[in-house]
Amino acid sequence: MDWMIEFTLFLILIVGALLVLGVRDLLVAVVTLNVFSFITAAIMVSLGAIDVAFTEAVVGAGAVGLFSIVAIRRTSRRSED
Amino acid sequence: MNGSPDRDQRDPCLDESLKEPTDSIIVDIASRVITPFILLIGLYVFFHGHYSPGGGFQGGVLLAAGILLLRLSLGVAVSQAIMPTRMTLRLAAGGVLVFLGTGLAAVFLGGNFLDYHYLPLPGLSPEYLRYYGILLIEVGVTATVMLTLVAIYDELLGC
Repeated sequence: MDWMIEFTLFLILIVGALLVLGVRDLLVAVVTLNVFSFITAAIMVSLGAIDVAFTEAVVGAGAVGLFSIVAIRRTSRRSED
Repeated sequence: MNGSPDRDQRDPCLDESLKEPTDSIIVDIASRVITPFILLIGLYVFFHGHYSPGGGFQGGVLLAAGILLLRLSLGVAVSQAIMPTRMTLRLAAGGVLVFLGTGLAAVFLGGNFLDYHYLPLPGLSPEYLRYYGILLIEVGVTATVMLTLVAIYDELLGC
C-alpha cells in the first residue's frame, strides 16, 4: 500500500502547483506554495530522505513564506497578469 | 480581495505597519509562548546534527524563524532586545570567520583545509578532535544562516 500514499501525495502536489499558478490573490498563492513545500517534504520522507525533507519543511514553509508575505506587503496583493 | 484599493497605490516606503506590534492579543500571546520552543528546537537540531538529520543550516533557519516570528508579531522595536539589527550582519560575518578560521588553522598547522586532526585543541583524542572540529564548523554555519535571514528581513522592512 506504499504506492497509494505516494500517489496521493503526488496528486496533491500537482493540484497545489497548478493552484499556485492559477490563483489571483498572491497571499493565497503564498499559502498554497507552503502547502506545496510540506507535501514535497512528505514525499521526501516517504522516499527515505529525512534530511532533505527537514530542509524543505524548514525553508519552504518557514523562510520562503515569510519573505514572500513581506514582499507582498511591500508591493501589491493582486496579481497583474 | 478585502484589501482596501488604496493599499496598492501607497508608497511602499511609507508602509510602516509591518514594523508595529500586532493588534490581536491572540497572536501576541501565542507568539510569546511559541518563540522559546522554536528557539529551543533550533538549538536541539543544531547540537544533535551529529547523530540525526539536521545540522547547521536547518538549525540556523529554525533559530531565524523564532526571531522573525517575534519581529513580525511584537514589532521590530521590541524584538531588538533579542537580536539588534545593527549586529546581524556583523555576527554573520563572524560566523564566516569562525568557519574560515577553523579551516585555515588546520592548513597552517600542517594539514589540509578543514582537516580537524590538526586543530590546536589540547588534551583531546583524535576522534574527539574531529567531533569538536565539526561542531566549530556548525557554529559558523548556524550563525551565518540565522543572522543573514534576519538581516534580509530587516533590510526588506527598512526602505
